[in-house]
Parts: sequence; structure tokens; C-alpha cells
Amino acid sequence: MDTERLAVRKTYKLFIAGAFPRSESGRSYEVRDAKGNFLANASRASRKDVRDAVAAARKAFGGWSGRTPYNRGQIHYRVAEMMEGRRGQFVDELRADGSGKAAAETEVNAAIDRWVWYAGWADKIATVTGSANPVAGPFFNFSTPEPTGVVGIVAPDSALLGLVSVVAPAVVTGNTCVVVAARPLAAITLAEVLATSDLPGGVVNILTGDRAELAPWLASHMDVNAIDLAGAPDELAASCAEAAAENLKRVLHPAAATDWTADPGTARLTAFLETKTVWHPVGI
Amino acid sequence: MFEYAPAPESRDIVDIKPSYGLFINGEFVDGHGESFKSINPASEETLAEIACAAPQDVDRAVHAARQAYDAVWSGLPGRERAKYLFRIARIIQERSRELAVLESIDNGKPIRESRDVDLPLVAAHFFYYAGWADKLAYAGFRRSPTDGAGGGADPRPIGVAGQVIPWNFPLLMLAWKIAPALACGNTVVLKPAETTPLTALAFADICRQADLPPGVVNIITGAGETGQALVAHPDVDKVAFTGSTDVGRQIARSVARTGKRLTLELGGKAANVIFDDAPLDQAIEGIVNGIFFNQGHVCCAGSRLLVQESVAEELLGRLKSRMATLRIGDPLDKNTDIGAINSAAQLEKIRMLSEIGEREGAARWSPPCELPSRGFWFAPTLFTDVAQSHRIAREEIFGPVLSVLTFRTPAEAVEKANNTPYGLSAGVWTEKGSRILWMAERLRAGVVWANTFNKFDPAAPFGGYKESGFGREGGRHGLAAYLDV
Repeated sequence: MDTERLAVRKTYKLFIAGAFPRSESGRSYEVRDAKGNFLANASRASRKDVRDAVAAARKAFGGWSGRTPYNRGQIHYRVAEMMEGRRGQFVDELRADGSGKAAAETEVNAAIDRWVWYAGWADKIATVTGSANPVAGPFFNFSTPEPTGVVGIVAPDSALLGLVSVVAPAVVTGNTCVVVAARPLAAITLAEVLATSDLPGGVVNILTGDRAELAPWLASHMDVNAIDLAGAPDELAASCAEAAAENLKRVLHPAAATDWTADPGTARLTAFLETKTVWHPVGI
Repeated sequence: MFEYAPAPESRDIVDIKPSYGLFINGEFVDGHGESFKSINPASEETLAEIACAAPQDVDRAVHAARQAYDAVWSGLPGRERAKYLFRIARIIQERSRELAVLESIDNGKPIRESRDVDLPLVAAHFFYYAGWADKLAYAGFRRSPTDGAGGGADPRPIGVAGQVIPWNFPLLMLAWKIAPALACGNTVVLKPAETTPLTALAFADICRQADLPPGVVNIITGAGETGQALVAHPDVDKVAFTGSTDVGRQIARSVARTGKRLTLELGGKAANVIFDDAPLDQAIEGIVNGIFFNQGHVCCAGSRLLVQESVAEELLGRLKSRMATLRIGDPLDKNTDIGAINSAAQLEKIRMLSEIGEREGAARWSPPCELPSRGFWFAPTLFTDVAQSHRIAREEIFGPVLSVLTFRTPAEAVEKANNTPYGLSAGVWTEKGSRILWMAERLRAGVVWANTFNKFDPAAPFGGYKESGFGREGGRHGLAAYLDV
């Protein structure tokens, strides 16, 4: 007797330090498709998961920021290659989230192309934003951009293109990050892509769950250096920005809603860069 | 040691009025707050009665700045703004001796520093940003080449800037704030520090001499409450603050819900790292300049000396002999190295933290030196046997107090240097080029001085990492704080 093969389903977990743990809280939440059909039980991350993810991001920062820009660019391009291999899966997940077929395909294409675009910035942003400074004295003086550190990211609703558009610019320059994803399916599949792209564990950590629950912990965490509030509704963003003042985090919260399909410019790269100026005397 | 005869700079060159009003819309007007006195910290004599801006005065100043922005300044071609700034730079040069003497009288800093460091840098800053005013389209701040808002056209100014500055470099901090703001097309309301308002008020007169349109620059005096009212004013689009990290935190919190742009230049606890192969004589001068320049009232002061263990003894011996030659006293004496502490409150803070340093177990040393009987003075002070956990190793003292720690390996030096919530500046002294670059890469600080210290230039971006604030002042980078990008 022929029976239809029973699919092997994927367990959607969190992505912390290069591994896929469940939430330490043991909590999960149902993800349903646009028609209400059950898709998965995604992990619902907790405050402690945020802290574990920040610790992993901090641990990864020295090594990742110390890589050569060329190497970071190579790894980012590898991420795009892996995304390309998973095109079908991403399209299916976006469709399950409610996108039409054409729209889902367009978004996946744009997301892969966006990642390639940012990959190329790895070894160019310092040329564009750095400078040799003509000071009035016998000194060699130059300024270079350096990554800010650990970036907390509240990802926007745009499940894949928006997610890619906030993660890639933060990490390509050498930051590490903790992302609170809006939609679990594409986010965790992206995590699988990252896990197989030679990206060191801990550089990107992805949490799924309730943004309003998790974002404030990220905003008030004293070992987070910057926060991107792209996906935080106004009131949540305001309270997060207030909490971020405690250790003077860099806060990125564009006033207007972002069109993720538009040319992104370099603003998201420079938002999480510090400028270091070095002086040395000239003489014999 | 040589004896030095007194060589006082004449104070006849300055004409301090008995009282000063607020400079709003091109005129001096009365304030509605309770006026206060600015005193000479070297003698405690009252210099002038200063008006205090109450909320309605702040409102008036912001209104004047808004009017000037809408009616005149934002529409003026860059080349015209440039010419105003060039004029201001020239007038500062013409009046630089007067301004230097006034700065030393009001602040307490040695005339040698106000004359040779502050004033030349003030004029240079206005010259530098004057030149940017008509070149903003070349500064690389378009959002993207295809973005209509920025494509090809000049990037837009932000609007009205509310600026609050500290007392350690009164006129220089004014220049760092006002020059880029005006070059980019903003108008400003600036509040100088309560204890050092006089050079900012003299600058108001310079604006009049330059025929700067009324309202483009407004100077309001007062204490913390005036600053808070300015920062919180709903019609201020951009807030720029230089001062303590604690106040910076409050400001960041207060603007969090407003959408105002913010740049902060806050505290520091810089490590000055001396390797065993460093040119010791030069390093000694760098250490002295790093911590005793401007009485240590410097946010980027090299207040933590990290010495490689193998040279610690020799270096400390030489440092102590050098410290014994520092001359403390009359700020207007051209031979003075260390002037007066700016205020009684600051002196109290320095004393308190130094006493805590002793109590926590560090060894305190100062050269024998006679301090004047009137005024606020603190002898240059060195602490050895300092642990990283001591408050004198963690907190910004903002005075002539140096904490000495030691290290064995470069990795340990980096670890200790970065072991602070601050990240404004750092110093490194070694003859080995590759080690300088290795250290410079790893020090988490916005400015790294290698085989030098406390150097500033309008072309060189300055600003902090971590809790030392965000945004840069100086250079092309300094424009970003005042453009809508």
C-alpha cells in the first residue's frame, strides 16, 4: 500500500554562540501560516537567553573585529552563496508568512543581493570614512573607523530583506550582534545559513520570541554598546532609547519608516563605527 | 634650580564690565533668573555679576535662533557663511591677547597655555570650518548617490542647536561647538559654564564686530538648570554637550523621546602606557603634559600612568624630579606651569578623591611647593601602589593627580588600559613602530597619542568610545554632527 511520505519537520530553536539551543526558559510559541495552519513551535527567548547571547557576542568580538576586512568580506560573500542554495526554503517560509509567490521570490532575491552588496563594503568602508588629517604641526595623523562592539538589534517586520538589511551592515564592519527577530521561520533558516558560512560562532546571535519582552533587556544591558531599534514600535523604541542612556549606547532609530527595497546607503554601516584618531610625531 | 623673577602679563588689556546680560538676538538683555558672580579662582575676587537665564529667557533665545535660521542663515549661500566665519577667525586673532588674559583670569589656567594653546586653536577652528561652509557637498555625507534628498545638493543643516560647554577650555569648547554648527547652516544657543562665562560673552561682542546677523549666535549664562531648560526646549533640533558622563547620561535620557540629534563629549580616564624601550626623557615630558596640562582639568588627561615594570623605578625617580620643577601660582605669570583649580567645588572633589586614594592604600606624593594663601590650589600629586579597583584608578578626578600602575607584557598593558567604562584617549610610548601600531589598534579610545600627548587640531577628529560619549568634533567627521544626514 502506497502512503504519502510523512515529512521530517524542523525544530525552530534559538541561535546562540553558533549553536541552536532551545530557550533556557523552556517556553515556545505557535507559529501559524496566513490561513491559520500550524507550522512550528518556535522558541520563546527569555531575559537569560538575551544575557547568554550578549556574553557570546562579547566573546566573539575580539576575534571577529580582529579579522582582516578581506576575510570578513569573503565570509559575507559565502553567506550569500549559502542563501542562494536555500532560495526555495526561504521562498516557502515567506509564503507561509503570507507573501505571494512572486513577492516572496523578489524579496529573497533582494535579500541575497543585499548581502552581496554589504560583503563588498568590508574592505572599502575605511577608505570612504577614514582620513589622513593635515594637522598644523610635525605629526602623522590619521583617522580610521572601528567597530563599536556588541550591537543589539530589534529586527523589523520585513522577515528576510529587513532582517538581512540590519544584520549585514552591523557585522560586516566587525561588530557582533544579538538580534531579536520579528518572524521566526526565515530568521532561524538564516541562522542555519550563517552557521554553515565560516562565520565564527557568537558573531550573530538570533533570538525569537516577543520583541516587547526582549528588547528592553537588550537596551538596558551594560555590555551592549549600541542598539538598532528598526523593528521597535514608537513607544517601545522610546523606552529602549531611554534605557540605553545608562551606558551611553549608540542608538539607531530612524524617524521615518524604512523602505527596505531602497538603496540603503552607508548610514547603517557608519551608525556602528567609532572613529579613532592616531597621532605620531614626525622627526629624525 | 633657577630662581624666577615674577613675569606677570598685564591685565590692563582686558576691560571687564561690572555686570553682563544675556546675548540674545544680537543684544545684551537682562535675565529673569537670579544673577550670579564669576570669580577669579586664583584670588577669589569677584570679576563680574552675570545674568542667569530663566526658562522664559531660554525660550526667547531659542526663538531668536529659530527666526535667524528661517529668515537668514539657513538660506545664506555657503560662501557667505564662510566669510562670516573667516571674519570671526580674524577678529579672534586680532584680540587674542585680550582673550587669553581674560580666559586666564576667569578660568585660572596659566597664561602660557591660554596664549599658546587655547587661543591659537580657537582661531584655527573657525578658519578650518569657515572653509567647509561652501564645500559641504564634497564632504561625502549624501545618504546615497541615488537619494534625491542628498544627491548632488548640499546636505541640509539640522536647525537650531542647543550647546552646553564646560569650564576647562571655555573659549576653545565654544569654538568646537559654534564653528561647525554655523558652517553647516545651523543657528545656535550656547550656554557657557557657570564659572567661566566671560570669554563667551566677549565672543558675543566679536559676533557684533563681525556683523553676524542677530540671532545666529545667542549666548545664555546660568547654571545646570539653564542648561536643562535649553536641552529640553521643544524647538531645539540638536543638542551638543561637553561635560561629565553623569550629566551626559541625564541628557541622553531626556532627549530619548524627542527625536533630537545628540552628540556628547564626556569624561575619560586615559591610560598613558610607557614601554621599557620608550625615550624616557620625552616620555616624562609627555606624562607631565598629559596630566598637569591645564591643572589636569582635561577630559582626555593621561590620568592613569601604566609603566612597564622593568623601568618603573627609574621612570618614577625622574618623574618626581621633573614634578619638583613645576611652578605653581599666578596664572598671569608667564613662568607659571600650573595655575589655579577652577572652583572651590572642583578643589573639594580633587581633595576628596585624593584622600580616598590614601585611605584605599595607595601611596601619595607631591613635591614640596608653596601654595598661595588665597584662591583654589592643589599641588601636583602622584599616587603609586595603585590597584585597578581603587577609585583613583577608576574615576575621573579632573585635577593634577596621577595614578601609577605597572604591567609586564603588552597584552597586560592593553587589558589594563581598556579596563574602564571610558574610552576617550590613550597614550603609548615606545621606540618600536610595529608595537605602536599594534597598541593603537587595540586601545579602545577615540584618540591615541603615540610618543606625544594632549595634541589637538581642528583637522583631527576628536571624541570618545563607550561612556566617553559619541560623535566627533574636528575634521570632516565633525560636520556630521551638524548636518541632517
